Amino acid sequence: MNAPSLNAALPDEPPDGPPKAQAAKKPPSMAAGRVRRVAARLGTLFASLFIALTMAFALGRLSGDPTANILGPTAPPDQREALRQQLGLDRPLLTQYFDYIKGVFTGDLGESLQFYQSNTTMIFDRVPYTLQLVAGGMAVAILIGVPLGVLAATREGTWWDRAASTVALLGQSVPVFWLGMMFVVLFAVKLGWLPAGQSGTPKHLILPALTMSLYPMAHIARLTRASMSEALGEPFIDSARARGISRARVVWRHAFKNALMPVLTIVVLQTGILLSGAVAIEYVYSWPGLGQLALQAVQFRDFPLVQAIVVFGAVVFVCLNLIVDVIHSVVDPRVR
Amino acid sequence: MAEMLEKEASAGDGRGLPTPDNAPVLVVDGLVVEHRNRTTGEVFRAVDGVSLRIAAGESAAVVGESGSGKTTLAMAATGLGPRGEGDVRLLGHSLATLGRRRLRALRREVQIVFQDPHGSLDSRQSVRSGLKELRGLQRERTSWIDDAGLLERVRLSPDLLDRYPHQLSGGQAQRVCIARALLMRPRLIVADEPTSGLDVSVQADVLELLREVRETTGAALLMISHDLAVVRSVCDSVHVMQRGRVVESGPCETVFTDPADGYTRELLAAMPGARWRARR
Repeated sequence: MNAPSLNAALPDEPPDGPPKAQAAKKPPSMAAGRVRRVAARLGTLFASLFIALTMAFALGRLSGDPTANILGPTAPPDQREALRQQLGLDRPLLTQYFDYIKGVFTGDLGESLQFYQSNTTMIFDRVPYTLQLVAGGMAVAILIGVPLGVLAATREGTWWDRAASTVALLGQSVPVFWLGMMFVVLFAVKLGWLPAGQSGTPKHLILPALTMSLYPMAHIARLTRASMSEALGEPFIDSARARGISRARVVWRHAFKNALMPVLTIVVLQTGILLSGAVAIEYVYSWPGLGQLALQAVQFRDFPLVQAIVVFGAVVFVCLNLIVDVIHSVVDPRVR
Repeated sequence: MAEMLEKEASAGDGRGLPTPDNAPVLVVDGLVVEHRNRTTGEVFRAVDGVSLRIAAGESAAVVGESGSGKTTLAMAATGLGPRGEGDVRLLGHSLATLGRRRLRALRREVQIVFQDPHGSLDSRQSVRSGLKELRGLQRERTSWIDDAGLLERVRLSPDLLDRYPHQLSGGQAQRVCIARALLMRPRLIVADEPTSGLDVSVQADVLELLREVRETTGAALLMISHDLAVVRSVCDSVHVMQRGRVVESGPCETVFTDPADGYTRELLAAMPGARWRARR
């Protein structure tokens, strides 16, 4: 245990000598590393966006000749040829693809076959409704899911834990369309407290938002429990308790802060899934959002509109991923 | 250093719970702690009727191999782990009769230094904010020294105040842990294998620091270790544990030079350099 001589031989590990010996040795160029990380991350996101765009385009072409779907199988060939020309489908595939990509980056997502309107305009007309629904649903999901998960984790193995886990399991396994219909039957038809569908007043929002909140709430509760339970088992929790820090502070300030990241990630990604179209819920409640538009597009084989909605979803997802990364770097000093 | 000593001696007021100053800091009497396996229901007796006593300012060690119940004993003695049967009196207060709030107040006078320094620091908290949190617990008690001065006491540069745990070496992190213990001016420091997670090159420095902290603050020290060399260099007395029981107790010099128990002799023989010392 002849420390001083050994210390000198370990240049990587800063020696724990007197203060003078280790003054102000900053970790090597953290800023440069950060720039490189951010650039790499942006590159990945951009690449995944590109893949999503390409897939949306390819799926539109692979689903068969749209002119046959629109005009019917018995339409004469010359009529179909005329429509094909009108839609620009007679041009080489690569030209169509480049036009499409150019359109995406200039905000032009084509024109709907059934509404004769710009897809971009129609999507942005529907977005506020879906946004309301998602905001309401996610707020309920977070406000119930997070405390439920923390409660289960801090009382692991008790009756509380089992009750919370059961609620979460139910929440993840009940189909939303069924739950939606049951809510309509109970609260709108039997009790007459709330409207059964459509939008307009805050009252209209309650049932769809509640229905929407269930699945993410369950997911958030389960993840919070797992993540908290792991954090509470870390040695620094014992260490904080040993120093006489109150239980509430240990749970919320230390454990929760460390358990937060996976929960935040799921919250943001669930938001993305719901934003790009909660088809079943919007259908059950006749909610005029994106999901309903997507359903109409699919039913009419309005492939430019379907494609436009897919592109919108992809862009939303990529942006949300970026937000997750930013939050991550704010919350966790190790990622900075 | 002399000024600091004086400052500490005069700063004896403003402590959390009233305790007679000459009382032993820790009395463990007939402690039994059992762990139950949740799935099989099997019961394992980790601590089996242990009694020991640490006087104010004394430095005692509990040694034994892994699984001998050392850490369970330390956790029970500080009210952090399951208490089991038997009586534990910490700073004159029986843990069995203390409520949660009073136990928490008592814990501030008993500081623990853990084995894994990085694990026992919250990775989301800089050194400075960790100290700030502790200061928030008891302003008067912790006002005796500023952050920079505290780091200097554990021979760390004040530049490290804004670092996060992942930016500290193992030795630096353990010094931060010791600094945090020191800040609360504890009457008892429990060090659970404080050097076994560290590089050999920094172990001696950290031990030296612990020894110095004990001498200058007058805090009692309970050291949990499997390393007899470490114990010998820091502690006055030693308790040897085997399978949950104390098989031998006494002053370090007596136990190490003239072990009465067979297990102690085995432990001593397994010490690195034991043969060389025997020949000498």
